[in-house]
Amino acid sequence: MAKPVGQCPNCGAPVEFHFSSAVQTTCPYCQSILVRHDVNLEKVGVVADLPPEVSPIQLLTEGVYRGLSFQVVGRIIYEYELGSWNEWHCVTHQGTSLWLSDAMAQYAITQEAKPRPLNLPAAEEMRPGQRFLVNGVNYEVTHVTKARYRGVQGELPFEYWDKNECIFVDLRTPDARFATIDYSEQPPLVFLGEMVDFDSLRLKHLREFEGW
Amino acid sequence: MSSQPATPKPSIRSVSCPNCGGTVELRGLGRSLSVVCIQCLSVLDASTPSLEILQRFQVRERIRPRIPLGVRGKMRGDLYEVIGFQVRTMTVEGIDYSWSEYVLFNPYKGFRYLSEYNGHWNDIVVVHSQPQQSLEAGRPVVTLLGEKFRHFQHYRARTTYVMGEFPWKVQVGEEVLCDDYVHPPRILTWEQQEGEANWSLGEYTPKTVIEQNFQLKEKLPEPIGVFANQPAPDQGMLGMAWRQFATWALVLVCVQILFVFFHANKKVFSRTYYFNPNVGGEHSFVTDIFELKGRTSNVKLDLRTDLNNNWAYFQIALINADNGQAFAFGRQVSYYHGRDSDGAWTEGSPQDSVVLSSIPAGKYYLRIEPEMEPQAERLPGARTTVARVQGVNYQITVTRDVPTWGFFWMGVLLLLIPPVYRTLRAGSFEMKRWAESDYSSS
Repeated sequence: MAKPVGQCPNCGAPVEFHFSSAVQTTCPYCQSILVRHDVNLEKVGVVADLPPEVSPIQLLTEGVYRGLSFQVVGRIIYEYELGSWNEWHCVTHQGTSLWLSDAMAQYAITQEAKPRPLNLPAAEEMRPGQRFLVNGVNYEVTHVTKARYRGVQGELPFEYWDKNECIFVDLRTPDARFATIDYSEQPPLVFLGEMVDFDSLRLKHLREFEGW
Repeated sequence: MSSQPATPKPSIRSVSCPNCGGTVELRGLGRSLSVVCIQCLSVLDASTPSLEILQRFQVRERIRPRIPLGVRGKMRGDLYEVIGFQVRTMTVEGIDYSWSEYVLFNPYKGFRYLSEYNGHWNDIVVVHSQPQQSLEAGRPVVTLLGEKFRHFQHYRARTTYVMGEFPWKVQVGEEVLCDDYVHPPRILTWEQQEGEANWSLGEYTPKTVIEQNFQLKEKLPEPIGVFANQPAPDQGMLGMAWRQFATWALVLVCVQILFVFFHANKKVFSRTYYFNPNVGGEHSFVTDIFELKGRTSNVKLDLRTDLNNNWAYFQIALINADNGQAFAFGRQVSYYHGRDSDGAWTEGSPQDSVVLSSIPAGKYYLRIEPEMEPQAERLPGARTTVARVQGVNYQITVTRDVPTWGFFWMGVLLLLIPPVYRTLRAGSFEMKRWAESDYSSS
């Protein structure tokens, strides 16, 4: 099956989609942020210079999570007081989206909870140590982070650009489950998953580090 | 040359220190948030390209890490590079206790830490699951994935020296509140700072493992004392020692049961006599002949008397009627009782028994010579003390081939030595461990 191909409205370069449901991508040549309307692409912005690469993961990295093979097709970079972290957007062989986050080389796999869980505490009320149920599971708040969207790369399942600073809340359970609440929208986006061991993902096409 | 590829040279980015102009090496590949200038020991912000100065730092004394920065070693199969080193200090009753922490980095696996106190090493990682806190018998415990850790101590840790790079903005003088929970060989530490809390899990690591993993040229010092999560030297051996005891004791019991079962335990002679010391003449006499059958075996002789606040001595010989071979022995039987300020008391027993071993089969008789002292007794209403003779009734019973328990109990005692020794040792080790905790008895 041929992958859908579009043309960058800014520089005319061909833009290939790996993920058929992609809503947004970046032009690999001119770094324009492109939003897809049927077959046409609209330029909505330009990616600022990305911070120096720290993650061993890159676009087209492949891996396996709980028997699902996946490929990295895009990412969102967030910046906060103490640095930045990457949310890598992965597409599984079943065509679904997964998020592989790399924060200080601690890795987690999450999936957006749909429909969005309602009746969550407001962002301002969140404190570490607080506990509440999300989809019937008791989570504990471990970190409340004020973060800013810093950049995007590749394909994303939703439009994500030009967002303001917002609150992210990390949640954990006694059995290694992990969740993030993203308060950039209302109701907030909730991502549910677990902390994962780097080796367990059997990642291929990783970035190489000189000397390692 | 070996067939294995040589370890690749670490890639180091070098920048200039904004404080002293010296060269600052960066090994954290963009993951570090702070770095310390090796020349002037200023703490610099590694997340900004200009390396903004976080803290100008003057120390009186430089501390040399036992594993130098830049050294690589394998931990749990993955190669890590030592990129940071800090000394932290806690103060208890006016005394400072300092320990070292090393930051290890692998660009794929991330960060890992080593700690060292008095020669005791721990291999530390961050925890992915949220430990559950509770109380048990009034003491805090935490459970992590089914493993229970007991609270060891609460303390305030102060950073007193820094070198190299850190994945957080390190400052000399920064303080965190810590709680250690132990389940040897593991230790869970809860660090709280400005409302954020982080859990880390350490595993006690022998110094020889550290020496080997990092191929240290200089030997590390021997550990001093017992550390919070140090495994007992023969952990596991204790349980095994008791299991071995149980197994061998069971064997011993089975042998003893067989032993009891195969003994004839046959009564061959029993008779009651009366002895009166006041009657003159020869007191010794011989009994009727009885037969001891079977293999050479033991003979048990029971003496049952009606002595009451009195004593008697029996000179006895077991004599073979065919060849005159004699087995002679003497038994004293005494029984006293009464009442004093402490209450009722008794001393001795009116009964006695003796086992003669290795008596061949044959026809035997006993030669018995009782002895007693004539006793004086004041009769009620009598004006003077009248010598009054009290005799004794006694029964002599001879049993052939009785089962004995001496070897059994001796065996049990011998078998008890290893497990009891190990239990005492383990107990004293645990005493030393908890003596350093918030729960020491002193």
